[in-house]
Amino acid sequence: MLEMRGITKRFPGVLANHRVDFTVNAGEVHTLLGENGAGKSTLMKILYGLYQADEGEIFLSGERVEIHSPTDAIAHNIGMIHQHFMLVETLTVAENVALGLPSNRGLRTDLDAVSERIEELAGRYGLAIDPGAVVWQLAVGQRQRVEIIKALYRDAQLLILDEPTAVLTPQEVDQLFVTLRQMTDDGRGLIFISHKLHEVLALSDRITVLRQGTITGQVPVEGATRESLALMMVGRQVKLAPDKPPVEIGEVALEIRGLSVMGDRGDKAVRGLNLEVHAGEILGIAGVSGNGQREMAQAIAGLRQATAGSIRIGGVETTNHTPADVRKNGLAYVTEGRLRDGAIADFSVSENILLIDHTDKRYLKRGLLDFKAIKEHSLRLVDEYAVKTPTIDTPAKNLSGGNIQKMILAREMSGTPTVLVASQPTRGVDIGAAEYIHKRLVQQRAENTAIMMISEDLDEVFALSDRIAVIYEGQIIGIVDRQTATREQIGLMMAGVRPE
Amino acid sequence: MAQAETNRRSRPKFVAYLVPLGAVVLALAIGAIMLSLLGANPVEGFRAMLDGAFGSGDALIETALKATPLLFVGVGITIAFRANVINIGGEGQMVAGALLATALALALPDLPAVVMLPTVLLAGIVGGAAWGAVPGALKAYYNVNEILSTIMLNVVAVQLMNFLLRGPMIDPGELERGTRIPQTARLQEGADLPLLFGNGRLHIGPLIAVLAAVAAYILLWRTPLGFRVRAVGLSPDAARYAGIPVKRTIVLAMTMSGAMSGLAGAVLVFGSESHRMVTDGSTVGFTGSAGFNGIVAALFGGLHPIWTIPASFMFGGLLVGGIALQRAVQVPSALIMALNGLVVVFVVASDRWKKRLQEQPARVDDTATDGPVLEAVVDDGGGGP
Ligand SMILES: Nc1ncnc2c1ncn2[C@@H]1O[C@H](COP(=O)(O)OP(=O)(O)OP(=O)(O)O)[C@@H](O)[C@H]1O
Ligand SMILES: [Mg+2]
Repeated sequence: MLEMRGITKRFPGVLANHRVDFTVNAGEVHTLLGENGAGKSTLMKILYGLYQADEGEIFLSGERVEIHSPTDAIAHNIGMIHQHFMLVETLTVAENVALGLPSNRGLRTDLDAVSERIEELAGRYGLAIDPGAVVWQLAVGQRQRVEIIKALYRDAQLLILDEPTAVLTPQEVDQLFVTLRQMTDDGRGLIFISHKLHEVLALSDRITVLRQGTITGQVPVEGATRESLALMMVGRQVKLAPDKPPVEIGEVALEIRGLSVMGDRGDKAVRGLNLEVHAGEILGIAGVSGNGQREMAQAIAGLRQATAGSIRIGGVETTNHTPADVRKNGLAYVTEGRLRDGAIADFSVSENILLIDHTDKRYLKRGLLDFKAIKEHSLRLVDEYAVKTPTIDTPAKNLSGGNIQKMILAREMSGTPTVLVASQPTRGVDIGAAEYIHKRLVQQRAENTAIMMISEDLDEVFALSDRIAVIYEGQIIGIVDRQTATREQIGLMMAGVRPE
Repeated sequence: MAQAETNRRSRPKFVAYLVPLGAVVLALAIGAIMLSLLGANPVEGFRAMLDGAFGSGDALIETALKATPLLFVGVGITIAFRANVINIGGEGQMVAGALLATALALALPDLPAVVMLPTVLLAGIVGGAAWGAVPGALKAYYNVNEILSTIMLNVVAVQLMNFLLRGPMIDPGELERGTRIPQTARLQEGADLPLLFGNGRLHIGPLIAVLAAVAAYILLWRTPLGFRVRAVGLSPDAARYAGIPVKRTIVLAMTMSGAMSGLAGAVLVFGSESHRMVTDGSTVGFTGSAGFNGIVAALFGGLHPIWTIPASFMFGGLLVGGIALQRAVQVPSALIMALNGLVVVFVVASDRWKKRLQEQPARVDDTATDGPVLEAVVDDGGGGP
């Protein structure tokens, strides 16, 4: 149904797509795979009319089409689920769906009819959602469902899903895949992007690999393995679990006693949580997202008020201290909110790197910012963490999603913190980069940093942790030694079953 | 098929900078139509305008003097806007600075000249800073909309001025004569702004304003404080996460912004030919709307302190030239105001085209982040690191 032919797109200093040919058949899931910055999102944005190709043509059902804007794309029955949702938070689900659509009632929209149709679509595709709910109250997974319904409502025959699973829990991913399969059964075509190879293998019919803007391979899913895909993407063998030399476990570096924290909606997100992380260990926090992980991490970082309990970093009381104060006491924090609070889109790469230590003497000269030192520092980090960017003066918003994440990690891990709280450290980064980040985490551990790693990826938790703590409804309901832990045991605890 | 039409070349960067100029030309073109409709000769009118603004040494001096408060205010506005605080309070901050400076000059007439001038200018800075700090703090700590609070403080400042200049601070001579013009007595000579060339009209005000612009540039792009201001302006969440005291930075930015406008007020008083603080009872009687026009100059200058220098000069020329135009072709003064209004609207609106020329469409991802509310003519200023 879709054929993109010879697509080329240049950005200043980057060839994002180079003569890319890409097709999608009705009823299939065609996956785009590639390293961070390979050009996947760019190609999709061209298809959706957000960017214009420098060269190349697009055909839909054999006919050449010009797509100059998302409006054109929607008119051609193309839909796109963005990684960052485009919903109006203060409107209801039905209002969001109706937004921008012509209505049969003149200036007013018949919201009841919209709601009815939403429920019909929701029923058919297993997208449980209340049309009357206000969007800001919805969890991430639900918001994504709204986006999908929005596309279905506009009768999208071709649906682009750019890393839809990055923000979902494993359960939600399973659910999403059921929905997506129903859509292909209806003859719709899907384009899927993900860095998680097991998902790619589970969902795809065909897989195309992009490397530095060029297609380097295309295979049917039959016969493909994680290893073969990794090899095609990165061009070398990738170690999926790092070597972890034993280290001496030190003193307690992070001590949390009876911590309670409120969530965004005034609910009790963390309730009397106790936890200790020792210098030189990686403590994995497993748990279904939404069980208080984010609020706990933010309270540790001083970004959210603790209503009860205490937090000590390196033996110093830091409960409800300012973020700057907590950082001074040796905390580094990798947030999961990349462009929300992790980075400033309109700041350059080097300004983003400078963000946490712009008052550091090393980067000042007679009270003014010392650009030479700053440049050296940024170049070193960009190089070390393989952040793909044309220059360090490029604004962060021009980087690919995974490269923004790498930039944040580079910044937060550049010092030698006493405690490192890393939330979803490899979300959205390609497997090569994930391998490197894992290696760095292990190195930090060897340098006696106490690391708390919050991850929804059980593979990652098992690969890196020395101990695994399971968080459930704002409490740690069990801590298991990695050596003796089993997936079944952790899985049960994540569902709320307390160990005896 | 041909691919030529999709093959967009990237244009040189300077093209984007020409857009606001184009907007001014367009506005003037509409002005020309209006002039013709009124039966005046637009060519003659614009020649008079150009001549009146830039055509002679005297004209240039007049333009520079007119541009001076615009530049101070514009630079201050730039600092606030960079912190994403929409400071509309230039008027009030000018008045507050001028009042405090004037009061000091009246209260301490015996101060030696060397101390006098720095003292009163400093008082102007302090007065404006206070008038800016209040809405800054209200926004930072109580989430009070700064657009509303600054506008209301404009009213407060003007009423305070009318009261003081009619009562406690009025020139005793006005009372004796019974004329009761709201103005102070002639201020101490020690507080007069020194003239640049012996006995002309040009005082050091424009020079101070240019220095202030350069200082603001250094502040914003070369110091940790300016770095914080810009970070807070672009993303308060990310700034907070990185350990930047967001609230304090907002208050500071507004304080500095108000300080600039306060200095504008003081310079207006001590650089005036009558050497006193004068108003006419109307809301813009003292400032001549410089507190608002400065905002336009700042937008025209792309919210960049250095670009605000030529922008203010141009806008000052427009104001001075407008009077010449009116005189030359005998049109109602309302037309000149309309002309200025057109320029404002066109410059602000031209931002869209400028942005489109400047960059590729923004990545979808960022629409989800908290970008600056005011995306006016922000152009990414100086050399960041
Ligand atoms: N608006 C833009 N301006 C300049 N460069 C851009 C822009 N958008 C993307 N790029 C560059 O194009 C290249 C491809 O980016 P793209 O976002 O397509 O990567 P991706 O394959 O989606 O990566 P990821 O897996 O990290 O999301 C990158 O080098 C990126 O820096
Ligand atoms: Mg991408």
